[in-house]
Amino acid sequence: MPTFVRMTRCDGCGHCVDICPSDIMHIDTTTRRAYNIEPNMCWECYSCVKACPHNAIDVRGYADFAPLGHSVRVKRDEEKGVIAWRIKFRNGEKDMDLLAPITTKPWGSGTPKLKDEPAPTQDQRDSQLLYSEPKYIRFDEGDIHTLKSNGLRMKKGVEL
Amino acid sequence: MNNPFAEMSAYISPGIMQAYVVLMILLVVGGTVLDMMHKQSAKFFFENSKQAKAGAKNKVGGGKKAGLAIKTVANEVLTSSEFCNTRRRQSHLLTMYGFIIFVVTTAVLIFKYTGSDTAAPGLLGFLWHIGALMLCAGGYWFWFSIRVDVASEGVKWNQFNGRGDLFILGLLSTATFALLWSVFQAMGTGAFAMLLFALFIVSSTVLFGSVYWSKFAHMFFKPAAAFQKKVAMADGSRENLPEDFDLSDPEVHSRFPDVPEYMGKNPPNMGLGIKAEQPRHY
Repeated sequence: MPTFVRMTRCDGCGHCVDICPSDIMHIDTTTRRAYNIEPNMCWECYSCVKACPHNAIDVRGYADFAPLGHSVRVKRDEEKGVIAWRIKFRNGEKDMDLLAPITTKPWGSGTPKLKDEPAPTQDQRDSQLLYSEPKYIRFDEGDIHTLKSNGLRMKKGVEL
Repeated sequence: MNNPFAEMSAYISPGIMQAYVVLMILLVVGGTVLDMMHKQSAKFFFENSKQAKAGAKNKVGGGKKAGLAIKTVANEVLTSSEFCNTRRRQSHLLTMYGFIIFVVTTAVLIFKYTGSDTAAPGLLGFLWHIGALMLCAGGYWFWFSIRVDVASEGVKWNQFNGRGDLFILGLLSTATFALLWSVFQAMGTGAFAMLLFALFIVSSTVLFGSVYWSKFAHMFFKPAAAFQKKVAMADGSRENLPEDFDLSDPEVHSRFPDVPEYMGKNPPNMGLGIKAEQPRHY
């Protein structure tokens, strides 16, 4: 069963719930701890394992691929900007440490400022490269479509 | 402030009050033992420590273990350092110390100063009320705003969650009825004060009697888990997690050349990414 949560380490913070792309990490309402509600839908992407601030989640791979006796654990350290893996092989002899950078500059500092970029020229909009794009991308009807230009409003309570 | 139990001793003998306190202690002990047997916690902790020893890189002697135990008490127990969220930590500290002060002063008042000729020192009665107030402050703050159902899952404060809420509701009702009883008894309202006292006793019986079903026993499990975590980090097994690498260490640079190549010899603190905001989107 792919990911499982060690209940003594989990504090129910919900980071894994937020990050799971399959929405299968939920919080059990009685014990207030996270758990994988649908292990057979888990694709072992390790997002929850990396996101957990207490390293409470581990992965038990499927028996045909990862027979018992091994250990694969990962520690993602955002502030240092690195991710570290430790892989212990089931022969009891090989114990690998791997460390790799996950960012080269502080988080959020590399976001491009699209406002400062020039708008697409008419030639770019008319070019053949946009032939198969929908009319919104080709700006056939004028400028870019926004909620405001269509007279719509974001409903209160919708979290982005 | 006075000892509210002194006035009650006219209706209920101090012997019965003391027997009740002893019974509550026994219920806590019994409930915790049953809970541990049901959850097989002892087996789990034992297996965990065996696994840690198997993967240990260095031995942690008795003296070092004692040091870690003291550290666990000083940090995780006394200051609730396990909480990363400040509000939760503060609320827990208020509730925890309020509960401890309330329970200890209750026991002292009932065993030493009720039914005997010595009047309780004003400080003790004052502390009893302060304990109950702290418990109420931390508890109600938690109930209305911090409880995860309310903070993240859109549940309203007046919607209950069954077993999950048993502990906090037991605590809150015990402390609230205790305070109300004390106030109304001091005002001399007779039967109404008796009713509040009865509700106080019912709440406290529910609180201490439901240890097997509620989260009460966390106060024993959590320090044990925290201690075990510290030992696992100290003996090198680290629960099979990788070590904490110092990114400016030249040895780390030679082992992992990607780090100095892409991040430089002394990478700065990169700030928070996904951990920057509280998870609230579920």
